Amino acid sequence: MAEPSRLAVLGAGHVGPVIARLAVKAGYPVAIATSGDPDDIALITELVIPGAQPRWASDAVADADIVVLAIPLHRFADVDPGLLSGRLVVDAMNYWPASDGVLEAFEDGGSSEIVARRLSGSAVVKALNHIGYHELEARARPAGAPDRRAAGVAGDDPAAVAAVAGLVDRIGYDPVRLGNLRAGRVLQPGGPVFGAVLALPEFERAAGQDTRSLA
Amino acid sequence: MTYTFGLDTFGDRNGDADGKPLSHAQTIRNVVAEGVFAEQAGVDFFGIGEHHTEYFPMPAGDVVLAAIAARTGKIRLGSAVTVLSSDDPVRVFQRYSTLNAISGGRAEVILGRGSSIESFPLFGYDLADYEELFEEKATLFAELLKGGPVTWDGKTRAPLLNQDVVPHTESGPFPAWIGVGGNPQSVVRAARLGFSLMLAIIGGSPARFAAFSQLFQRALDKFGRPPLPVGVHSPGHVAATDEQAKAEFWPRWRDIIALVAPERGFAIPTEESFDWETGPHGALYVGSPETVAGKIATNLRALGATRFDLKYGLPGLTHDQLMTNIELYGHQVIPRVRELLS
Repeated sequence: MAEPSRLAVLGAGHVGPVIARLAVKAGYPVAIATSGDPDDIALITELVIPGAQPRWASDAVADADIVVLAIPLHRFADVDPGLLSGRLVVDAMNYWPASDGVLEAFEDGGSSEIVARRLSGSAVVKALNHIGYHELEARARPAGAPDRRAAGVAGDDPAAVAAVAGLVDRIGYDPVRLGNLRAGRVLQPGGPVFGAVLALPEFERAAGQDTRSLA
Repeated sequence: MTYTFGLDTFGDRNGDADGKPLSHAQTIRNVVAEGVFAEQAGVDFFGIGEHHTEYFPMPAGDVVLAAIAARTGKIRLGSAVTVLSSDDPVRVFQRYSTLNAISGGRAEVILGRGSSIESFPLFGYDLADYEELFEEKATLFAELLKGGPVTWDGKTRAPLLNQDVVPHTESGPFPAWIGVGGNPQSVVRAARLGFSLMLAIIGGSPARFAAFSQLFQRALDKFGRPPLPVGVHSPGHVAATDEQAKAEFWPRWRDIIALVAPERGFAIPTEESFDWETGPHGALYVGSPETVAGKIATNLRALGATRFDLKYGLPGLTHDQLMTNIELYGHQVIPRVRELLS
């Protein structure tokens, strides 16, 4: 890639700043946005995500090649699908009723499949959701490092999956392409790799076994 | 620089020497004895975290703190944490203001969620409303702390109109903190409302919180508030040697994390991850007094923090093991950290 893709990270809670920081470190131009005024996160951005730009969500998305959704899933209903139409969207959210409460809309099926149905004009890729935000940075390693770990990427659009695999690789993980969004269910809470930070062979073994059981 | 050192417990259900669990009642009586002993060992603060589970039978920590207050004269006593979102801020203020009266001004409160969620269904709250509940209730609690009649209106409890809330404190607000995990917006909120910042670091590298400390002081400045202290709360276990501390702690840690992992989103610990967390860059303070003291001093310095609370105990550890932990923490770890930081 000659020009690094531009990233818009939506969400400045637990997860968004961590992904934004990793992306800045990997050389991406990064904008971060919440549902509100960028002034409200200016101080957070300056101190916690130096190098990123706080922007209005609409501006950040308009200029982005990749949009990372890192908001609590119960706030997803507030996101305007039109805003994300035509965009490559990384779904880093999780449906986790024991931790965040029951959401009727997500009770049945894979959360990213439900997200993708609502964002029908976007190419949705599930990634960066299954390694804890408290570990994501500490475990990141450059390509070829002996203790590098793996991270899953799943989506229905092969070009989008390839782009996100590139992002995952550059921020410090061996990308594992799992196939379509349905196959990405192995990355969800309760799945075999959720919360685990595994090296490539162990990841493939854990994810592969479960993929077969889904078939 | 004045540093303060505390011990926190969740009322972790004790085991006996054979690993058989003691009763909830006996565990609670043991916590009272541990709090009293903490003062004798020279610990500055004793905190009790609200939990509602079979293995952490500690829903009414303020009652336990009152018993400790009656048998002590110096140690500060507080929650660690109070799950404010599923409680009534007026009642929380009243209970801790009463504790403050009983103890002669030794009460503190740390507000937050912890990773504790069982109080939401128990008291009829929806976890999806967590943010709004905490924001409103923390705002009201900050008003209550000021003393004097309170006027307040919101969605999460009945309004208050020029309401006098008793008992009044004798000398202004008691110390109040907000416990923060990994969310920078929670750091800014603590500054906006004028609470001190307690960083709850239970996994991963403590160094990553240094930016939060700076963010907190800059945000206080932005909101026109004076500097306020930053503290660190982390789990650990002190025994005579590193080997003994790890041998006692590891099986209990593995079991409790495996038990709560599905609902709290923790990865199940492996021996490898445990070694990393107990090593120089991890979040667990498990080892000999020298090992633990060195790690505390390093992290307080790195984070610009002046308070450290060790969350001691785990379900299944014996009361004797906890008393030894308290003795070593008070008599050896704290003086050694002070020496390293002087």
